Amino acid sequence: MQTLISILGTSVIFTALYFEVFLLISLFETKKKRKVTSQLEYFYPSVTILVPCFNEENTISGTIDSLLKLDYPHDKLHIMVINDGSTDNSLQILEKFRGNNIVEVHTKENGGKFTALNFGIERMKTDFVGCLDADSFVDRNALKNIMRRFTDPLVMSVTPSMIIEKPSNILRKMQRAEYSYGNFMRKAYGSIGAIHITPGPFSFFRKEVFEKIGMYKHAHNTEDMEMAMRMQKNHMMIVNEPDALVFTVGPDTIKKLYKQRVRWVSGFLGNLIDYRDMVLNKKHGDLGLIVLPFALFAIIMSFVLLTISIYKTSSTIIDSIYKTMTVGFSTPKIDLSWFFFDTSVLSILTLTLIVFIISLIMYGYKTVYGKWTVSLEMFYFVFLYSFIAPFWLIKSIYNNIKGVHAPWR
Amino acid sequence: MQDKHKEIDWKKYVITFFITATIFGTAIYISDYFNSKRIDEIKSIQESISTNIMSSETQVSLLSELDCSDVGSSMLSSELNSLASRIEYSEKNIGSDDAEVLQLKKAYFLLEIKDYLLMKKLSARCDKKFVFALYFYTNSEQCKDCNKASIILTYLRQKYPELRVYSFDYNLDLSALRTLITISKIKDDLPAIVIDGKLIDWPQDKESLEKIIVSKYPKGALVATTTEAVKK
Repeated sequence: MQTLISILGTSVIFTALYFEVFLLISLFETKKKRKVTSQLEYFYPSVTILVPCFNEENTISGTIDSLLKLDYPHDKLHIMVINDGSTDNSLQILEKFRGNNIVEVHTKENGGKFTALNFGIERMKTDFVGCLDADSFVDRNALKNIMRRFTDPLVMSVTPSMIIEKPSNILRKMQRAEYSYGNFMRKAYGSIGAIHITPGPFSFFRKEVFEKIGMYKHAHNTEDMEMAMRMQKNHMMIVNEPDALVFTVGPDTIKKLYKQRVRWVSGFLGNLIDYRDMVLNKKHGDLGLIVLPFALFAIIMSFVLLTISIYKTSSTIIDSIYKTMTVGFSTPKIDLSWFFFDTSVLSILTLTLIVFIISLIMYGYKTVYGKWTVSLEMFYFVFLYSFIAPFWLIKSIYNNIKGVHAPWR
Repeated sequence: MQDKHKEIDWKKYVITFFITATIFGTAIYISDYFNSKRIDEIKSIQESISTNIMSSETQVSLLSELDCSDVGSSMLSSELNSLASRIEYSEKNIGSDDAEVLQLKKAYFLLEIKDYLLMKKLSARCDKKFVFALYFYTNSEQCKDCNKASIILTYLRQKYPELRVYSFDYNLDLSALRTLITISKIKDDLPAIVIDGKLIDWPQDKESLEKIIVSKYPKGALVATTTEAVKK
């Protein structure tokens, strides 16, 4: 059993390390080759920002206020709020923007986020369009940083950096660390043309994307993933702009986080099945050959590592219980000598992987905040997430097998 | 608009493999380094114990020079226990089949036998009462009670410092051990515990084994070290 654990654990860690090293090399290569984006000319075409809204009375006003503060010529900015059949006071709150010539409010029957986006795309009059979730808000320089990436005529879509704003509890702090890690990953994926999610908050597109490959689909309630996969299938370039900062709140309870992640992972698996011909297909470059397969592998890796942790912890607990039943409770003798430190290959590699991941989270922080930081939340993310994530993974796999769709709200 | 990224840079995949393999190689090297340091530490402890035993044996031989005040329950006990825990850890983490670990284990058993013989002599010479428990076990799956016996004896050894427990892996290929097994009349029915020369029937539990050990001492001579004993 120990040998099996060693082999499994070592294989999993080798694969994970291989992937991280691959991304780092790609990032460094691209840094050398491409023109630094800060040297790009700013570009101010007319742009429409869609804000789909369903029962967002607490946040919609703040979202639109942040858009109105964007450092972007107001005569080139169009904000279209699509009220997707809200049943709370969202519409009443949106009344305050009546008369604002940048903001237009539309109401439609509830049909889901993708229908709201399509509604807006059909009615927009600009060559560029983006979206902002009604519970997110943006840095004032975000839009101009996004738009300058479109000076490259090959670029069809640009994705931002996402940040958890003012986390109020440990769960949100963990998510802040997770999003920092995600920002590094998105930047690295962008360097190899392997971005496979155009996040709902503040991803932008050329209008011709929708003219050529069609509008948003239901796509297992993850239309942002499906659109990116469809663009990749059609060899359309998606890049990342790390200096475009978008702030979101993140779920504050385990129940809400669980629900959100079940939707994301179910959606990812559903879309991966729909686009399975891209996996291990070298026609799609590094995305097909390594990124998509690794994303699937990460789910398996999560289970393997959790199983190993449970096995080792339960073995120790069972031994302690047996000892207590045999001779009664006694204070265990602890020998702090270095001799008894676990220096097995698996432990050293696990530590290496943890240090790697924390370094990448720190890199993500530096990208956004401009300085290197170490904080406890990075450790919470690395250690606590590995225990709670498998539960939503199990549910997501179950959903896909049973054909159950996780709701957006 | 076609994305120009789609060519595969195979060189990058190979370089990544070599870098990852180097990280792995470094981890294996570090692990091996610590394991060899462990072997060195065990050897060093064994040398120290061996020297102490030889010194005491020499003192016994030089009849009138022996200082019985040095002879006590703690004599060489903590060094041997420390050595035992390190060998057990090495068996689990380096491997019980590892040639160096096996060699160290044999050396440890020889030291135990020498300590046993020395303490018997000293016990007689200095009129100090020790209880000697020889414990024969195997690590294989066939001995289901070996773990239980080990836990009980460890507990009793901690509780009664005058109890000297010597553990031997029955299956180890060592001629001195085979002789001890023959003298103690051990069959391959394990675990086997010999207390003051008498093979104890198994199964036993903590209370029954403790009763046997206590009965070997003159009344009031045995001092337990746990709070349980203090309350009594």
